[in-house]
Amino acid sequence: MYNAGKIIPGLVIFLGLVTFPFWSNLGRAAFEAPELVFPETEEECVESGDWMRANHMILLDDWRDLAVRDNLRLYSSETGKRFDMSLTKTCLSSQCHANKDTFCDRCHDALAIAPHCWDCHVVPSIGEE
Amino acid sequence: MAVWYSLLLVLGMSLFVYLGAGLLGLQAIFGIAIPYAAILVFLIGFTMRVLGWARSPVPFRIPTTAGQQKSLDWIKPSKIDSPYTTWGVVGRMAMEVLLFRSLFRNTKAEITEGKLAYGSNKWLWLAGILFHYTFLTIVIRHLRFFTEPVPYFVQALENIDGMLQIGSPVIYQTDVILVAALLFLLIRRLVSPQLRYISLPADYFPLFLILGIALSGIMMRYFAIFKVDLMSVKVLAMGLATFNPIVPEGIGVMFYIHLFLFSMLLAYFPFSKLMHLGGVFLSPTRNLPNDSRMVRHVNPWNAPVKVHTYEHYEDDFREKMIEADLPVEKQA
Amino acid sequence: MSQAPKPEELLRVSHIPPKKDWMDPRVDLIPGTWGYPGKASSLETLGLPNPREWNPTDEDWKLPPNWKEIIHEGLKERLEKYRSLKVFLDICVRCGACADKCHFFIGSGDPKNMPVLRAELLRSIYRKDFTTVGRMLGTFAGGRELTEDVIKEWFYYFHQCTECRRCSLYCPYGIDTAEITIVVRELLNLIGVNIDWILGAAANCYRTGNHLGLEPHTFKGNIDFLVDDIEEYVGVRLNPTFNRKGAEVLFIAPSGDVFADPGIFTYMGYLMLFEHIGLDYTISTYASEGGNFGLFTSQETMKRLNSKMYAEAKRLGVKWILGGECGHMWRVLHQYMDTMNGPADFLEVPKSPITGTVFDNAKSTKMIHIVEFMADLIHHGKLKLNPKRNDYRRTTWHDSCNVSRGMGMFEEPRYVLKSVCNNFFEMPENTIREQTFCCGGGTGLNAGEFEYLRMMGGMPRAFAVKHVQEKHGVNLLVNVCALDRAILPPLMDYWAPEVSVSGLTELVANALVMEGEHDRPTDLRGEDIPGLEGDE
Repeated sequence: MYNAGKIIPGLVIFLGLVTFPFWSNLGRAAFEAPELVFPETEEECVESGDWMRANHMILLDDWRDLAVRDNLRLYSSETGKRFDMSLTKTCLSSQCHANKDTFCDRCHDALAIAPHCWDCHVVPSIGEE
Repeated sequence: MAVWYSLLLVLGMSLFVYLGAGLLGLQAIFGIAIPYAAILVFLIGFTMRVLGWARSPVPFRIPTTAGQQKSLDWIKPSKIDSPYTTWGVVGRMAMEVLLFRSLFRNTKAEITEGKLAYGSNKWLWLAGILFHYTFLTIVIRHLRFFTEPVPYFVQALENIDGMLQIGSPVIYQTDVILVAALLFLLIRRLVSPQLRYISLPADYFPLFLILGIALSGIMMRYFAIFKVDLMSVKVLAMGLATFNPIVPEGIGVMFYIHLFLFSMLLAYFPFSKLMHLGGVFLSPTRNLPNDSRMVRHVNPWNAPVKVHTYEHYEDDFREKMIEADLPVEKQA
Repeated sequence: MSQAPKPEELLRVSHIPPKKDWMDPRVDLIPGTWGYPGKASSLETLGLPNPREWNPTDEDWKLPPNWKEIIHEGLKERLEKYRSLKVFLDICVRCGACADKCHFFIGSGDPKNMPVLRAELLRSIYRKDFTTVGRMLGTFAGGRELTEDVIKEWFYYFHQCTECRRCSLYCPYGIDTAEITIVVRELLNLIGVNIDWILGAAANCYRTGNHLGLEPHTFKGNIDFLVDDIEEYVGVRLNPTFNRKGAEVLFIAPSGDVFADPGIFTYMGYLMLFEHIGLDYTISTYASEGGNFGLFTSQETMKRLNSKMYAEAKRLGVKWILGGECGHMWRVLHQYMDTMNGPADFLEVPKSPITGTVFDNAKSTKMIHIVEFMADLIHHGKLKLNPKRNDYRRTTWHDSCNVSRGMGMFEEPRYVLKSVCNNFFEMPENTIREQTFCCGGGTGLNAGEFEYLRMMGGMPRAFAVKHVQEKHGVNLLVNVCALDRAILPPLMDYWAPEVSVSGLTELVANALVMEGEHDRPTDLRGEDIPGLEGDE
């Protein structure tokens, strides 16, 4: 082994960098998905929960375009139920996800996602209609 | 042929995941066993490879000098291109590793109308450096799946990457540039007759593999039918990182394809030309100072050789030397 | 004897690769592009393996029966000895940046002259025999079987590389084809496959001290002729000493300068310069060769030949060594000598007795280049010069590969040249300094039978000269390399007629105002200097 004084430290630094995910989590218990506070009264979301988890942003995007650009307001879901295409009035209404902190933000924060929804929409606060 | 084999190999691998993780439901294998195995192969393989290089000595100090040597006081030496101090070498290596300095010199020689002309040719450098830096950015961005809370630098990098705020979700510039650079590197190999001639499957395969990783990732992010629940992905990733592996239900198969192709990249890495990542640091024509006459370089295997000594020489030619009035040690 | 076609034909070179896959090792030995094999007697002098009579055009090369094992073990040994080899074989990504940097590829269009592919000729064997993936996947992983055809291919293509290192400058990982070529030539020498122009010179050097095989009295005699010429053209009688103990400086030049035109004029220049400054120096007949054809044979041969320099310096008790104008000689002296045959603790750090300058850049090796020495002298105003004597010369400077990319000597020669000649014009920037092009015949490819190859390989250099010839009327190509001085004149005749070639010290000496000189209407070549009478 030659030039060990340079090669070994270099190798250690490299291995340290690439194993960052492992050692930075040392001592941590298993990660669990954050607890979300679900609506008490409503049983179903606009679409199925599984679908919403992966695709809610697409839905909201479509809603925005249809509502703002085409002035269409009524959404018909897979199951045939109808909803008002409005983030504030439907999704964030008092019956559903009125508290952004305990619903939206929990996952978004955990995944470091900063959606631009709130650049325009008012964050509803509980008790206010 | 090499190009088709490589493409088919990557497509075949994707199909394999589609069958295994999608239809047969072997998520534990594709989500846990294979990634762990791949990481292990990468870490051990990479280390072994570098140690293998380290086992061979550098017998001679052979920098390729690309600038004025240090000689007389009044001649300005080239501190970086012909380094003679440790810092000069560090500077030269930093330029090589971070800026691809040598590749930046690239020219194109052409014979036109009976003249030989050299044009500037920086496209390879540009595509190369863009590819490497965007890939690095994308890898660092993925740390959001492996850390809790997500460190500030990851978030900052992500914000910069999505700076243009085009589309929803926001398009990362790096995604676009990475794919463009990969396509350039691929097309270049196919279009140039000389490059096509020298290219091996081992040249196309990594390109297709990384392209496959990039496209599967892009599809998951931007295309509705391939979207996956990111929280489940994070649960899986954190499970791997904390050695509490679990496979959450319901992650789409595109994720497993993405993960599998990346695992293959890791496992393939130590056995391939991709080892230039480590090798570039060990290149004796770049990482040595041009001070061979100032400081003696020691060759560990320098062994005595049979030489024709002066005494022997004089014995061979003594009479002729005396006749020509050349001084001799021993008179005849 | 000319094997090369006309320049116009050569210009129509195509760089499009043939249909045939490169993995097919069979080669056509094109006349004029390969060398005659090493003579048995040369191999015997050096004690190298497998001396025999053979011919590359024969089907049977009379390799030793276990040649495959020898190559395999030889490669294994070298992988353990040279990190450069191991790393370079492992990390090439075949990006192709080196392809059109090689003068032989530019000139011949043969894809196996692309540095990347030249290295693949060895790399493919390495993959098959030494890597896991290559052993398992064979051709698919870029591996090739080692066959006699591969040996023949190696013989052909590794004698079409001049180890000029231009490719290594552009390689993003610094992969140096010279390292690959050095190793393959070593391997070939293990089974007695080599060319006589290299082996003959190495054997001569081993026996007599110089490549030409000049025995001591002849060597001295040749220099005496030069002393006569100086007396005739300059009017000063010099008395160089040989093998003199106690001299301050041992001077070693490439032996080509002792006998071959135009190198001899450079040698006359050395002698005049030393007389002019009153240097206490001596010339050795034992270490009478600066060049080292061992570099083109094997590391061991290089060391054996090079050992004479320090041994002779020690025997004569000189303080330091001064080296003449040479290229690959300086690659060896700058990057190998101290490591191989040092430490030179019996010598002193070179100090110019004229200017007092201490050459710290050579404080360990204790040997400096004559151009470094001259630049210092001129800078201190120690030379009486009349540059007008060189006004009839319109010069350009050829950076020799080895002192460029293996040493970094760029400014010293330009300073000297501009100090002794008023007309100096640089060639285009992509062809000078670190980007300089080989003359096309380094590393022992200067044999007559290589003429066609040299005209192809020298094309990029020649075109750059032609450019300044047409633009500035350049008529003299100046350089500091003995091989250049031998190789460039026919190259110029072929591509850029009317341009002659000279060493740097020849121009210095022509401008030197010597004490006691007579009227000097001619230069050191004995040719009238046009326009000189009018000026003085």
